[in-house]
Amino acid sequence: MTDEKKVDQTTSKKVDQMTSKEKILSISDLSISFKTALGSVDAIRGVNLDLHRGETLAVVGESGSGKSVTMKAVMGILSSNGVVNSGKIDFNYSDAGEEMAVDILTLSKKYMRSHINGKHIAMIFQDPMTSLNPTMTIGAQIMEGMIWHKKANKREAKKRALELLELVGITDAEKRMKNYPHQLSGGMRQRVVIAIALACNPDLLICDEPTTALDVTIQAKILELIKDIQREMNISVIYITHDLGVVAKVADYVAVMYAGKIVEKGTVDEVFYDPRHPYTWGLLSAMPDLDTFDDKLYTIPGSPPNLSHKVEGDAFASRNIYALNIDKRLEPPMFKITETHYAATWLLHENAPKVEMPSALKERIDRMLKEANENGE
Amino acid sequence: MENREPLLDVKNLKQFFKISKKYTVKAVNGVSFNIFPGETYGLVGESGSGKSTIGRSIIRLYDPTAGHITFDGVDISGKLSAEEEQHLRINMQMIFQDPMASLNPRRKVLDIIAQGLDVHHLFTSKKEREEKVYQILEKVGLSREHATRYPHQFSGGQRQRIGIARALIMNPKLIIADEAISALDVSIQAQVVNLMKEIQQETNIAFLFIAHDLSMVKYISDRIGVLHLGYLLETGTKEEIFSNPIHPYTRSLLSAIPLSNPRVEKHRTSESYDYETSGIDYAKGESQHIGGSHYVHATAEELKSWVSPR
Ligand SMILES: Nc1ncnc2c1ncn2[C@@H]1O[C@H](COP(=O)(O)OP(=O)(O)OP(=O)(O)O)[C@@H](O)[C@H]1O
Ligand SMILES: Nc1ncnc2c1ncn2[C@@H]1O[C@H](COP(=O)(O)OP(=O)(O)OP(=O)(O)O)[C@@H](O)[C@H]1O
Ligand SMILES: [Mg+2]
Ligand SMILES: [Mg+2]
Repeated sequence: MTDEKKVDQTTSKKVDQMTSKEKILSISDLSISFKTALGSVDAIRGVNLDLHRGETLAVVGESGSGKSVTMKAVMGILSSNGVVNSGKIDFNYSDAGEEMAVDILTLSKKYMRSHINGKHIAMIFQDPMTSLNPTMTIGAQIMEGMIWHKKANKREAKKRALELLELVGITDAEKRMKNYPHQLSGGMRQRVVIAIALACNPDLLICDEPTTALDVTIQAKILELIKDIQREMNISVIYITHDLGVVAKVADYVAVMYAGKIVEKGTVDEVFYDPRHPYTWGLLSAMPDLDTFDDKLYTIPGSPPNLSHKVEGDAFASRNIYALNIDKRLEPPMFKITETHYAATWLLHENAPKVEMPSALKERIDRMLKEANENGE
Repeated sequence: MENREPLLDVKNLKQFFKISKKYTVKAVNGVSFNIFPGETYGLVGESGSGKSTIGRSIIRLYDPTAGHITFDGVDISGKLSAEEEQHLRINMQMIFQDPMASLNPRRKVLDIIAQGLDVHHLFTSKKEREEKVYQILEKVGLSREHATRYPHQFSGGQRQRIGIARALIMNPKLIIADEAISALDVSIQAQVVNLMKEIQQETNIAFLFIAHDLSMVKYISDRIGVLHLGYLLETGTKEEIFSNPIHPYTRSLLSAIPLSNPRVEKHRTSESYDYETSGIDYAKGESQHIGGSHYVHATAEELKSWVSPR
């Protein structure tokens, strides 16, 4: 298959009629399975997600729920045992002044590597060591992309590399350029990875747990840095993170994933102050509370379903104390709460009994709102 | 707790790395602390402050440049006899920061987790070996079906639990957990933290818990040590550290914890701390007793200036 033919080149910008915002990424009905020795694993089971230019989306959710796999699909770098069963990933970007619209799922890995990845979509991975080359100095690794994609000459590339290293808070940048990855601490490695991702000014930056290896002070700096660069260059950012404090700090929108699906999405305010899905309730309740010295953390009972078996009904039902009978039989659709807020739980059906979020969570949210008001927000 | 013998006692530990003739990294520069049986000690500090290096020196992946490490009554900072080495390898386990880099990609999970059992011949039959692995998998929230998979076929959080299982299966006295839960989602972090506490109650195991997430450290730790540029700047119980932080670095660290309250967090700025311009000289400081188990590394004048204005 020739890649060029698959690229449908439209000249008109894809503009959302309702909001007049430019849609940069639109994932629809994405399903992905993995073939393993013990049969097939349905890792992604129908994901729908939109992202506009300049906006920040945070994807949160259970470990193993499919956050990384979804984003790897966006990068066109699924493992070889992965199979896309259905869906589209529309990506709009401009290349040398020309507006492009592509369905990433129809592009080959080779085309993605030479035209999209690194240049228009950059990703910062969860495990820094896996994305750094152990045999190359970090300086050479930062310069590589600039020379390859941007046809920069060596001197320009070096200057920019030094700038970037300083930008991500690495002192002695000149000396550090000559280090190999194993000579750096975990957090420094991660900052190098961030510098590499920013080197080519991408349209879309995907950060998979970008700051898990970083301490809070540098985390705060890196998040600020990404925010600044984002504002300056109007790029869109997707964060995958377990740290709800990070979400609170950076996100415009939040998507909550569970067992290969998005179970709730909305603005950050909607999801944090008015959560509707019982899984989201559990997630927010499990967050450590800095105001208290309790020594037991809330955990969601049970464990996530094994996705190598077919899921019957709502995947969260067996862990959900509010589960209704219908949950065991039928998977809930996305119910609309506001223009921007949706959740997939039968509790939102008009005939469902009225169920409130757990009182401990309610109290905590009330406390947060009170604090926000006191701060004059 | 005071009258018991510590399980681990670290005295004036130094770990330097010579990069070139002129350039030596002083990753750990005279650190002292101890951990009692059944206790969890949390080590926090910025990236590059020497947390992982301390862990690696204690488990003897490095030869300490100076100082003494006593574990279970034996000085382990010098050359070890074969017997001492074996005792150390079984009773002290480490969970690493980078799960992918520490798991052999070519081996099945079953064999990765059983590795310690294999090395020290800690089973009598193939069946017992497998049963032990299945039990531990369940304990960390994975299932026996996972045993035949390879590391790359797991999510980041699942991989980290493999590392935890590999350490737990040895039934050690001390586990050094280096950012062991950072990659997990909050609810599983909570599960693992609760699990670690449960196991601790059952077996009286001690943890050295290295992390940057102070809110989790606060939950899991009995005492906390704050590290910066290879110096242990402040140590005390979690109440002492969180309710009465003395060192400006500790204070800035606490103020940088992101709050999960979007309307507050979007506008908040944290207290900044810049060692270069602070006028503080770590090399001149010494351990100052504040009260209880609370100590601060400072000169007498520094301490006075931090305590008096309040
Ligand atoms: N190559 C693969 N082969 C088989 N299963 C896979 C493969 N890659 C991922 N999976 C499975 O797909 C599911 C989703 O994995 P993914 O890495 O997206 O999780 P995640 O949401 O990013 O979790 P975490 O927060 O732990 O990183 C998991 O159950 C995982 O075991
Ligand atoms: N093998 C090594 N050779 C040379 N320098 C090293 C080596 N290991 C660590 N260092 C240096 O020692 C310092 C402390 O590193 P360490 O990995 O202990 O930091 P850390 O506190 O664990 O940081 P992080 O939170 O980023 O993991 C860093 O400056 C690092 O570059
Ligand atoms: Mg992941
Ligand atoms: Mg480290």
